[in-house]
Amino acid sequence: MSIGSDRWVETAESRTEGPRGWWGRGKRRWDSLPPLARLGLLVALAALVPLVVSSDFLVRIGVNGLLLALLAVGLNVSVGWAGLLDLGFVAFYGFGAYTFALLSSDQLGIHLPTLLAVPIVILATGLLGLVLGLPSWRLSGDYLAIVTLFFSQIFLELALNFDRLGVDLTGGPNGISGVDPFSVLGFEFSSPTSYFYLLLVLVAVIVTMLYIVDRSRTGRAWRALRDDPLAAEVMTVPIRRLKLMAFATGAAVAGLAGSLFASFQLGVYPLNFQVQFLIVIYAALILGGSGSLAGAVAGGIVVTLVLDLLRDPSQASAAFYGVIAVTLIARVRPWRTLAAVVAATVALGFVVHAVVGAIWPVAVTGEVQATGIFGSAIRSWVVLPEDPTTIGNWAFCALVVGVVALTRVSARTRMILLVPLLYLASFVWENRLVDEPSITRQLLLGVLLIVMMISRPHGLLGTRRVERV
Amino acid sequence: MDFFVQQLVNGLTLGSLYALLALGYSIVYGVLGLLNFAQGEVYMVGAFIGFGVLSGLGGPASLAVPVPLALMLMFIAAALGSGALSVAIERIAFKPLREASRIAPLITALGVSVFLQNAVLLLLGPDIRNYDASSFIPFTSGIHAGPLNISLIRIIVIVTTFALMVALTLWVGRSKLGRLMRAVSYDREGAQMIGIDVDRTIMIAFFVGGVLAGIAGVMAGLVFSRVFQLMGFVAGLKAFTGAVIGGIGSIPGAMLGGMLVGLAESFTAAYISSTFQNVIVFAVLVVMMVVRPTGLLGRPTVGKV
Repeated sequence: MSIGSDRWVETAESRTEGPRGWWGRGKRRWDSLPPLARLGLLVALAALVPLVVSSDFLVRIGVNGLLLALLAVGLNVSVGWAGLLDLGFVAFYGFGAYTFALLSSDQLGIHLPTLLAVPIVILATGLLGLVLGLPSWRLSGDYLAIVTLFFSQIFLELALNFDRLGVDLTGGPNGISGVDPFSVLGFEFSSPTSYFYLLLVLVAVIVTMLYIVDRSRTGRAWRALRDDPLAAEVMTVPIRRLKLMAFATGAAVAGLAGSLFASFQLGVYPLNFQVQFLIVIYAALILGGSGSLAGAVAGGIVVTLVLDLLRDPSQASAAFYGVIAVTLIARVRPWRTLAAVVAATVALGFVVHAVVGAIWPVAVTGEVQATGIFGSAIRSWVVLPEDPTTIGNWAFCALVVGVVALTRVSARTRMILLVPLLYLASFVWENRLVDEPSITRQLLLGVLLIVMMISRPHGLLGTRRVERV
Repeated sequence: MDFFVQQLVNGLTLGSLYALLALGYSIVYGVLGLLNFAQGEVYMVGAFIGFGVLSGLGGPASLAVPVPLALMLMFIAAALGSGALSVAIERIAFKPLREASRIAPLITALGVSVFLQNAVLLLLGPDIRNYDASSFIPFTSGIHAGPLNISLIRIIVIVTTFALMVALTLWVGRSKLGRLMRAVSYDREGAQMIGIDVDRTIMIAFFVGGVLAGIAGVMAGLVFSRVFQLMGFVAGLKAFTGAVIGGIGSIPGAMLGGMLVGLAESFTAAYISSTFQNVIVFAVLVVMMVVRPTGLLGRPTVGKV
């Protein structure tokens, strides 16, 4: 090695080359396609889904996924691009849904044609976005977040109570049922499959429109506003107008999603628009990558898939062990360590099962949700007490403490600690979490938000941003 | 007149809870410039810890120890437990994000909040727990003179809150730790450069915030009797607004703001509409935040370039 040469400099070219092999070739070809072609390919691929899967249940999950994707794309405008933390987004969604329901149900006896009702809803929600965006002129960051969160609470309270003031506008806690399905030019959207294709087209259209906006002057100005509002203002960027535009655009998209939701579900209920759902939308956006359109769509679909699969216990187990396997493969290197950890965990399971079964036979006779070979393997591996609640709760606490401890120890200790924790995790899962799907969903969302923000704030598909110091 | 005085007392009691929570927000915000969304959940956990101690001592109807001792134990356990939880939250969710964008810790705080709510739901089930405070602190005790009708519970709550506020003001103003906290809140980097252990100071701020939230949680249990997983979210929201209205970072301000929110809530419910109570209170809070974001006792901050 001669003086002046440096390994880092020598290998610079190969590092900028990107990934090699078939993955690298594919990625380069993909990146070289024009954006519209990429979108078209993805849409074509997604269009095959209803043809491949036969059950209505799965198509419904697809519809929910696309709806969430649409919402995440809308939220992305204010949060990801303009940097305004809008916690009132779910109110726009709810407002859109309720407005559509009022315009096309027996609640007020109005049945507007879909092609008239939807534009009205979009316009009304956009206007609401303008009005509720006004506080962003004076408030930023946490204060804006709190004020917008108040808006979503106010919306919910109004929806719950607006049946007592002479006119029954919202149906109170019962909501509005009997909303008309979409009907365009004589074609009535009645099956989940028809909604799936409608949403697919709409998501593609909205994403294209927003892509154009993002590339335009407005998009660049939004990013300037996000990265440094003061500098943007000094450079005569009209930040007030831009803030309102961001709110209104996001709200209009939410309004569209709301009317789709109301007609797909054939009704609107206050419970659909609680803070819990706001967290779901945020989880989708953060997972995919705030600021990235592709990320928002992918996040919406992935979050829906995971959450909806949790509803069915046997699929939930597959999803749970699948996620653990993928995480292990991605994070534990080299593969020898991975193999050792997996082998140790499996061995530990059988040993614990045998020992506990010998000492205290009641502890291995509980029920397991998974069926087939997988289920019987689990039964002879995980300790399943007859009455799992109490011990499951303690194990849950121990698991939380253990996982937190995992992030604070050295790499070697971590691999050793990982083995009992993996076993503990499946113990808690089989005994406690699988029986409480709705709680598990929320727990997962909370963990997802924390873990993503700390370990990968730019999400799966977003680009890393350098923060101003 | 009777009714008015009653509502005033109600408002002050409710305001005391908000004020304690607001103090916690204010201290953390002062030191870190961060809104800790999870504060409301810490308060909820405090209320459950208090209930745990209460049932451990034999339950509300048959306490094994004298009532004052039981109350002391409940308050101390909830304060320590909530303080520890608050410190843990800081370590896990906020410390790694010291240098990240302003939005990041807000989102993790939201995540922590959801996680805690559901962890409690998983561990304790959906049943509402009942302090049933009237069975060991009878309603008849307290001040009952003419139009004045103040139960002992309300007196305990209001007096404790004021005592805590005075103690906190003295502590922040006089003690060495208080001086450290003020230094960190004034200029974190500068404080670090002159050798102040910033991490430890922030931890202490979170601990104090958690202690106050825990005490507020037990008080909520005593006043409302009902303790459940979702009690923290809206209470935290209102308390934070109280802190902002009073002027964030200011201790008397947080107190004043919390009291104002409490009074606004009880008078709205009494005189205007109990159905739309929350809507009206929220709307008033939004208007106040927009009109005067620096708060009543806060000083306007000048943004640094």
